[in-house]
Amino acid sequence: MTALNSILIFAAAFLAVFGEAALSAPRNLLGAQVDLLPVLMVYAALNANITIVALLAIFGGLWFDALSANPLGVTILPLFAVGFVILSQREFILHKLSFAQIVLGAVACAVVPALTVLLLLTGGGQPLLGWGSLWQWLVMTAGGAVATPVIFAMFDWCNHALGYKPRTETSFRPDREIHRGRK
Amino acid sequence: MFKQKNYLALGAVILVALLIFSLPPRATGRLKMAIGSLFLPLLGLASTAQQLPVAAADAVLSRRELLQLAENLRRENDQLKVMALQTGATARENDQLRSALGWQRQVPWKLKLAKVIMRDPANWWRTVEIDLGSRDGITDNLPVLTADGLVGRVSSVWPTHSQVVLLSDPNCKASALVENPAHDTGVINAGGPLDNSFVQLTYLSGSANLKPGQGVITSGLGGIFPKGIPIGQVVDSRPVEFGLYTEARVKLFVNLGALEQVWVLLK
Repeated sequence: MTALNSILIFAAAFLAVFGEAALSAPRNLLGAQVDLLPVLMVYAALNANITIVALLAIFGGLWFDALSANPLGVTILPLFAVGFVILSQREFILHKLSFAQIVLGAVACAVVPALTVLLLLTGGGQPLLGWGSLWQWLVMTAGGAVATPVIFAMFDWCNHALGYKPRTETSFRPDREIHRGRK
Repeated sequence: MFKQKNYLALGAVILVALLIFSLPPRATGRLKMAIGSLFLPLLGLASTAQQLPVAAADAVLSRRELLQLAENLRRENDQLKVMALQTGATARENDQLRSALGWQRQVPWKLKLAKVIMRDPANWWRTVEIDLGSRDGITDNLPVLTADGLVGRVSSVWPTHSQVVLLSDPNCKASALVENPAHDTGVINAGGPLDNSFVQLTYLSGSANLKPGQGVITSGLGGIFPKGIPIGQVVDSRPVEFGLYTEARVKLFVNLGALEQVWVLLK
């Protein structure tokens, strides 16, 4: 995990929150806005350390709540809960497999809004809920499932394009080369 | 050691969340404003990006279409001028009659045009942000409308922008009047989470005689919305609580999903 990767995660989280607030096309087309913060949390939990996961939960949650009618800070705990669980189990997850990424993205995108709404209801809030919320939840889950491999591929590409390539050591040494035949 | 670090982070995040929850509302509002203002530089970029397709469409419009459009607008402008003259005469007559009866004079509406810059990223709220703030004279609970009808009210104000809670949000309730002979009054409540164009008109009396197509306007009760702002049309109604009340579904005149510009009604 390089510093560049950490910066990219936070930049992506900032742009994702802004995009969700500025672009209403998914909401108009599908009836729900897909949240990309849980997807980024999945990526961070599988590739970064606990500090990045904690900071992403705090800053991502605060950015999201600042643009929303949510009470400030309500998204922090659901995001961190998802990140914490994935991070603690990441040795057992085959995170290079697209199928694993899709499942993790879907679960994260289903759990984060559910926990957030639960926290809102516990705090006495009156979010807009109904049978249509089930559809919205499905759209968010499916959207997260689709977006996760894309985000992983995007980060891999960015790391490949912007990061330093690791120096590969070979056993070949030119000074020890045996020249055969006559010179 | 690694696990201990994990649990330390868990404790730290819980502490930060609890600290933010325990802040007084004023401090939370300021913090929200400070964090929200981080996104302001991106807003210009977003509006430019949104206007690019419009500009591209304008560039390919033919001269004939533009002339036709200008002609239509000129005609509409003339009609509106005549209507404004008639309305002005009616308003003067109304003022004279009100003064003759000793009633308080009606204050004309003072409106300010605002652009919708962002929508709530969460699916469980229906709010938008507009580009007018406290430095433009905006305060809490000001009514927001379009030429078609009521949109909602201002819920939070920051110096450069404000949050408007829409009629389809559970936190925006308005007292409404049905335009029928009995002038039945009720309360506008949020509709479903999927359909932005319908709201519920609740707490109507059990004997209310509602018919589809009847208009619904603000009743002026409650002190936030002045009387007479169009809200929508009754679609259907049904008795609730064993006939104690009647509830009606109202189709809003304003398309809340496609708001671009709104008017804020100043006091």
